[in-house]
Amino acid sequence: MMNGTKKADGPSLLLRGVRKAFADVKAVDGLDLEVARGECFGLLGPNGAGKTTTIEICEGLTTPDAGTVELLGLNWRTGASELRQRIGVQLQETQFPDKLTVEETLRLFRSFFKRGISVDESIETAQLEEKRRSRVVGLSGGQKQRLAMACALVGDPELLFLDEPTTGLDPQARRHLWDLVDRLKQAGRTIILTTHYMEEAERLCDRVAIMDHGRVIALGTPQQLIATVGGEDIVEFAVASGETSRAVVNAALLKAIPGVQSLDVDEGLHRLSVSELHTAVPRIFAVLREQGLHLSEFRTHSASLEDVFVRLTGRNLRDE
Amino acid sequence: MNSLELSSLYQLTVVRFRLLFREPEAIFWIFIFPILLAVGLGIAFRNRPADVLQVGATTTQLTQALNADKGLTTTMDEAAGTQVLATGSILLLAIQRPEGVAYKFDDTNPDARTARLLVDRAIQTAAGRSDAVRAENELVHETGARYVDFVVPGLLGMNLMGSAMWGLGFSIVEARQKKLLKRLVASPMPRWQYLASFLLSRLAMLVVEVAVFLGFARVAFGVPFRGSLVQLGLLCVLTSLAFSALGLLVASRAKTMEAASGLMNLVMLPMWILSGVFFSATRFPVAIQPLVRALPLTAAIDALRGNMLQGMNIGQMIARVGILLAWFVLPFAVSLRIFRWR
Repeated sequence: MMNGTKKADGPSLLLRGVRKAFADVKAVDGLDLEVARGECFGLLGPNGAGKTTTIEICEGLTTPDAGTVELLGLNWRTGASELRQRIGVQLQETQFPDKLTVEETLRLFRSFFKRGISVDESIETAQLEEKRRSRVVGLSGGQKQRLAMACALVGDPELLFLDEPTTGLDPQARRHLWDLVDRLKQAGRTIILTTHYMEEAERLCDRVAIMDHGRVIALGTPQQLIATVGGEDIVEFAVASGETSRAVVNAALLKAIPGVQSLDVDEGLHRLSVSELHTAVPRIFAVLREQGLHLSEFRTHSASLEDVFVRLTGRNLRDE
Repeated sequence: MNSLELSSLYQLTVVRFRLLFREPEAIFWIFIFPILLAVGLGIAFRNRPADVLQVGATTTQLTQALNADKGLTTTMDEAAGTQVLATGSILLLAIQRPEGVAYKFDDTNPDARTARLLVDRAIQTAAGRSDAVRAENELVHETGARYVDFVVPGLLGMNLMGSAMWGLGFSIVEARQKKLLKRLVASPMPRWQYLASFLLSRLAMLVVEVAVFLGFARVAFGVPFRGSLVQLGLLCVLTSLAFSALGLLVASRAKTMEAASGLMNLVMLPMWILSGVFFSATRFPVAIQPLVRALPLTAAIDALRGNMLQGMNIGQMIARVGILLAWFVLPFAVSLRIFRWR
């Protein structure tokens, strides 16, 4: 599906020292990013982290206050009309006209591009065949999102921007969209997406930049980032002793357990990152028994990007 | 797909038509409403036999004198007559006084002044006055001088204003509110084509809209077309372009439908009142006439009336056409500069 235009080397996207402030809020505060051709790159962060501002600067919809932005070796000042032909864009919360059909909407968007795939092909890719003649008003949330995706694809873009493609969708529709993104990746496109779902970033992205307050606070493959947490698993527990329902365990005792990499305590909730979960957990229980403490909560999960974010900021991604 | 289907200007224009025809309310306001209005006004102001003027008199003798000429006089005493006069049921009360006759009426009411002349003539004739010069009446009821002839060009102008302003303004603000504008400028769509598609669809609709309305006025009321039809068409196009530009200006910044409809009404309301849709704009005081003349709807309606009723050509109405052109060029230029695409 990739069109045969010059495949120059060099990154698909290059940001250097990009800044943007709205009134007194620094939405993007000195951002450097580089995305290679064919890569699926994720911008992950809580609401208000500056993801959308960043992606809209990349899309040429917002002009940065400072810094350089290069896409496919071009910039928005001198190469805007060529860039518009070569990128595909899906924005957050675009509402297409209610009374147009899927096919009519795609026909309209296809007419803007000099070359691209046929309307039929885009309908097929987005799996909207059955809804081809339905009006937009009658589509489900997932179908509307796939229509937005199809509109981004009709120009057969080399570089595809997806801003929160699955926000507000139910789990099934989300998985459906993930499959679609997978197929687009396999076709060799460069994809840049924003999300505040870490499982989405882990599932789809080759590399992830975690953003907070307009800055990149961590960058790497999902596996690399998760490895920075220290252990493969996370153990969370709270203990009760006598009259206090949320007691604090002696940190030195816990850290002495083999396999425990780090410990955070937040309002009585102990969070340990652990390697060798199967040997560490019995030892944690033993320590608690010796201290005469009773568990009031206990759970474990595999370390995820969420834990990376928590470790870096002390906040949960979806706390906002 | 053929090449026409691949043209973005064609696609954008076709989308405008689809969206319009899938909105039943729009069809009502553009096609049906002006016809209903013309029918209503045509019924209200249909040509009737000359009005019977309701007058009263205080003695039987006076009543008999009046009955000889004008109908419907009743005898009443002065107090009762004054009361009926005050409520407007009669226009004039003739009172018998020892020294002669007194007429009680409101001299700011033209009908009452006419009643005064007719009543006085009847009473004087009954008392024995004879005409010094013999006079005869030759009655005419000519097309083109009726109220319906006057009001049809007014309604046409008003309709051209409404459909152009709502058509452009609302669609653009809706697209902005739904972030569709932003999505469109993120694509390679040439921006001028988006605005041009509105003008193109407007002009195509105009042909139907004007033909339906004027055709109805012609068939149902026999409204005259004394000027060139081609020039009438040109005037309609120019009027529509001027109001499209104004609609674009109103829509160029507004972010919500509420803000847009407030602005629309602010712009249109003065023109509904001042621009002579239902009565001549010359009735407004001389002091505000320059303002009234400068309004696009006044210029449009005057030009339409000039063409249809007086058979004037565009050369004779160059000032009005100039005003319309200015209202097209200036708002269009300004809105292109200040237009908010996101």
